[in-house]
Amino acid sequence: MAKHHVTTTINGDRTEFLCDTEQTLLDVLRDELGLTGSKEGCASGDCGACSVTMNGTLVCSCLVLAAEAQDAKFETIEGVASAEELHPIQRHFLQEAALQCGICTPGFIVATKALLEHNPDPTETEARYWLAGNLCRCTGYDKIIKAVMNAAAEMRGA
Amino acid sequence: MADIEFAAPRSVREAVKILAGAKGKAKVLAGGTDLLVQLRAGMVRPGLIVDIKQIPELSTIKKGKKGFEIGAAVPGAVLGANKAVLKAWPGVIEGLELIGSTQIQGRASLGGNLCNGSPAADSIPGMIAADATCKIVGPKGTRSSKVEDIVTGPGKTSLKKDEFVVSITLPERPKKSGDAYLRFIPRTEMDIAVVGAGVSLTLDKKGVCTHARVALGAVAPKPLLVKDGAKALIGTTVDAAALDALAAAASAACNPIDDKRGTIEYRTKVAGVLARRAAVIALERARA
Repeated sequence: MAKHHVTTTINGDRTEFLCDTEQTLLDVLRDELGLTGSKEGCASGDCGACSVTMNGTLVCSCLVLAAEAQDAKFETIEGVASAEELHPIQRHFLQEAALQCGICTPGFIVATKALLEHNPDPTETEARYWLAGNLCRCTGYDKIIKAVMNAAAEMRGA
Repeated sequence: MADIEFAAPRSVREAVKILAGAKGKAKVLAGGTDLLVQLRAGMVRPGLIVDIKQIPELSTIKKGKKGFEIGAAVPGAVLGANKAVLKAWPGVIEGLELIGSTQIQGRASLGGNLCNGSPAADSIPGMIAADATCKIVGPKGTRSSKVEDIVTGPGKTSLKKDEFVVSITLPERPKKSGDAYLRFIPRTEMDIAVVGAGVSLTLDKKGVCTHARVALGAVAPKPLLVKDGAKALIGTTVDAAALDALAAAASAACNPIDDKRGTIEYRTKVAGVLARRAAVIALERARA
């Protein structure tokens, strides 16, 4: 069968690609479009390293077929920083040293951005539950949560 | 290996036509949180995948005379944000919302969870307790089925190969009604139910239970409707004796597997405990 021709929007840019049915959105982001910030950890929706937003909703890009991307709007880790500076969430992750190996970090940052758009003033418990689908095997999470809470405070202007 | 075809029909009629015309095995794609994992693991190899999320009916929630008609592909994140459904059927929502992470909730749906056919599916006992019905379409037209008649065994359903679920209807709720779903897992999040229990009940003015439904998950090859559990509650004020009888009926209904997550004895015991606790929560909600 011929490949599917998909037209979509990624980080505000109209994007077209060709894909096979069994290719996931993550496969296309990384292997066809060169957007390698989203990581493949588990490929089964357990680890969250491939987190992106699809029409504003946080999803695992490994659990979305690329063919489903037709007419959808995606935000990936590549769209978080502006051309000039890091996003406050990124800055706080650096300040708190909320990463070691870094594989989980893009997913955490995308998921945190979605959290703070949904709930600008989360409790620590709410932040931990929201991020329960993002696994980190290095930090033990405390530094990540501290970075998230600090970024939330800054973004609220607190 | 042959290519997998893909279709994203825009109407129920178009989807029925595509499924009826499929040469090999076809899989219906809702949120994909099970199907994509199964594809990756090589557990399924369909000739065709039909994405039903572009069909408006599959992604909308309607309030009608018969209750809430919830499109089969409405994701947990959307359904959980619907205050009217949450108020009427908090137990159904809490079952659906227990499935996976925030990311999974962005995609996972009642219809997908039901048709995946897992005996441990977290949203099914709540739907069974709610006496929910499914609208099913196929080449022969539309039919209706109780949710408890859909799953027939692990990964197996009563749907014919060219049929799919369009919507799930949660019935109109009498006053003084409440429902609840509880599951046991060895962690606080992100796990598969060792036991799940859903209870729905309605009280009269004097606080006597006039209607009840009890359902269990993960304790048999399919989610169970426990009629003796309902009998234990109806006609009582849901007092200690009734709750004891409910727990005994729930344990008696179990026919579980024995595995590393729970032995037969353990699951059987916990089913009674959870049914009792879910009934107490449903009772508090009915009185509220």
